[in-house]
Amino acid sequence: MTGSDRAYIRTRLAANEPPPTRAGPFHAIVQGLFSGPLNIAFTLFSIVAIAFAALPVVRFLIVDAVWQGMDASACQGAGGACWPFVQAKFGQFIYGTYPEALRWRPDLVFVLGALLLAPLLAPAAPLKRINALLFFGIYPIVAFVLLTGGNLDLRHFLIGRLTAWNIFGSATTAGLSWNFWSDYVATAFLVAVLVEVGAALLGARARKASFTALFVFAAVGAVVLAADLDFGLEPVETRSWGGLMVTLVVAITGIVASLPLGILLALGRRSEMPLVRLASVIFIEFWRGVPLITVLFFATYMLPLFLPSGVSVDGLLRVLIGVALFSAAYMAEVVRGGLQAIPKSQYEAAEALGLGYWQTMSFVVLPQALTIVIPGIVGNFIGLFKDTTLVLIVAIFDLLGQLRAAFADPAWASPVTLYTGFAFAGIIYFVFCYGMSRYALSLERRAAVAGGR
Amino acid sequence: MKRLVCALLIFAGIGVPASRVEAAVLDQVKTKGFLQCGVSQGIPGFSAPDDKGNWTGLDVDLCRAIAAAIFNDPTKVKFSPLSAKDRFTALQSGEIDVLSRNTTWTLSRDTSLGLNFTGVIYYDGQGFMVRQDKKVNSALELSSASVCTQTGTTTELNVADFFRSRKMKYEIIAFATADETVKAYDSGRCDVFTTDVSQLNAEKLKLAKPADHIILPEIISKEPLGPVVRQGDEQWFDIVKWTLYAMINAEEMGVTSKNVAEMTKSPNPEIKRLLGTEGKFGEALGLPNDWAVRIVKHIGNYGEIFDRNVGAGSKLGIDRGLNRLWSKGGLQYAPPIR
Repeated sequence: MTGSDRAYIRTRLAANEPPPTRAGPFHAIVQGLFSGPLNIAFTLFSIVAIAFAALPVVRFLIVDAVWQGMDASACQGAGGACWPFVQAKFGQFIYGTYPEALRWRPDLVFVLGALLLAPLLAPAAPLKRINALLFFGIYPIVAFVLLTGGNLDLRHFLIGRLTAWNIFGSATTAGLSWNFWSDYVATAFLVAVLVEVGAALLGARARKASFTALFVFAAVGAVVLAADLDFGLEPVETRSWGGLMVTLVVAITGIVASLPLGILLALGRRSEMPLVRLASVIFIEFWRGVPLITVLFFATYMLPLFLPSGVSVDGLLRVLIGVALFSAAYMAEVVRGGLQAIPKSQYEAAEALGLGYWQTMSFVVLPQALTIVIPGIVGNFIGLFKDTTLVLIVAIFDLLGQLRAAFADPAWASPVTLYTGFAFAGIIYFVFCYGMSRYALSLERRAAVAGGR
Repeated sequence: MKRLVCALLIFAGIGVPASRVEAAVLDQVKTKGFLQCGVSQGIPGFSAPDDKGNWTGLDVDLCRAIAAAIFNDPTKVKFSPLSAKDRFTALQSGEIDVLSRNTTWTLSRDTSLGLNFTGVIYYDGQGFMVRQDKKVNSALELSSASVCTQTGTTTELNVADFFRSRKMKYEIIAFATADETVKAYDSGRCDVFTTDVSQLNAEKLKLAKPADHIILPEIISKEPLGPVVRQGDEQWFDIVKWTLYAMINAEEMGVTSKNVAEMTKSPNPEIKRLLGTEGKFGEALGLPNDWAVRIVKHIGNYGEIFDRNVGAGSKLGIDRGLNRLWSKGGLQYAPPIR
């Protein structure tokens, strides 16, 4: 090494300096914003830029806004937002055309959801297991019954459609059709017997297989039974749902359904069983290759052409299924990214402890993998929440759809109506999306403190 | 939720009765207890929800009139807001009983869709709006103008036809929605705003200074708007058709929602036939004989619903124009009841 290579070599120790004496908020501001000429220039530029952007917004939303009035004449010639418009249409923005006398039902669903969700999200709250069971198991059924009125009015199950099964006529008890439920129980036992025979022929554990089949039938039956009971609630068709209610129903169904489905698909894609892997890959790539608009269009306008005449699936339900499958495919890829980030040694260590596949996954791999991909998962949730506006295309009035319909009311036709409506919708969307992203941040921090990564 | 959705998917497919018996629409409506009526997702003056979420407008009132004729109760209607794209599918599939959604009657729609137009509730046509200070009095003076319109509509084609056939230069600036189009026109992106005249009047209210703009007298297209029903049920076709005719006839005879009770005592044979005090014309339609009384009492005659929704009594303030009665120089003409 020659002397010319050496750029700088310190020959003496630097003198010890006293610790900085100035501290506190004032010093932090000076240090952070005005520490040097470049910093000062940036600070001034930012202040001017923010003022330019924020002042007109504040002026439009608050200073120049009209706060009182009965119709558009109050807002004619106003320079700011026309809040009486939002006030007059508020009910529609939240519930759509849900009958006014029955709006306590969606209200109750909102309140119950918030009451169950808050302790689930708060880390300190106790009884997580029961709470989760209530929220993911019981709450959807309660919400379904409250919003639609329940009493599905089912008449025929499998046997009834294939044969002329009509023992009980149209007899019903508490909204339950005897024909349907006798048919359901008969079908369940028939399937169980078939499964047992099939499993016995294949040499598998026949009794266990048939019990599993019965268990699945019982579980599904319990859910449907609850939805089919007549609680004396007036039925409300999904056609008259709308506004924020529909936005939340679509978004929450998509979010809640997509995470477990996505995890299963991600595991399937990394599985060593070729058929499972192939099926997962095809599913994921198909749904990721198709735009959401196409999915919604297909579900709404093409599906009825393939169904036998007279069979119709509720329009909102079609959209819910489409959105859930679509977001599950994206979720699967996010989760797969997390799975790939887990070093092989973790799997090997789990194996060395004698853990099976599901134990390895649920106790060792997934907790780490999911923690890593929290930002990706939340990004997906936020994207999904905003994508729900696309349901307007298939004639379902979400928040934005109700907004557009309200613009058509001649009583509120004014130059600022449009801007006011969009400002209102923007604020609502912002509150929800910002809330989600803040919660995700706190979740990440907690995971980091808990010794994750 | 996932489990629930899966279960519902299975049961929605399996649990619903397999066959739907095709009964007469009138009988279906009576059994259901309400009329299912297809309207727009929001067209000012024709069908739009008001502050309470009730549907109002000219198209809406026709549906209410049909319900009034059948049930003597104009509230027994449920409305399906439909986009322009899926309105015909909804009618063909039987999801709605009548389509009353600002729909232009054309030959291809009448013949190839398996549907029938029952009449014309509003004679519309495409027009132009310009700024007053442009000092333009006729569409013929619009040479080399820039025209704001909506994409993918017939209005765009009509403009092209109009300007090209007169060898006038023009520039089209097209937008996706009506709201964007009117904002662009208001901010001066283009000289002319074109759409159907009824909508020009409605959009005018959204301009910063509505008084500074005028609608030119030229109408460059024919847009007869009317209700539509499925083919194959002549009785239902007649009911929808004669509901509108009853309202037009009522206006012609001076029967209004206010004086209809006294008018039933009128000695005039035409009025007696309309209001069912003479003959059995309602029964011929499958309705009670006082069907027209019900319509006029609950909804009003044609002049009243026009005035209330789009005419002088509304925010839109559209001139009757072509929609005057034939006896007053317009096109609204109903066959006699006899």
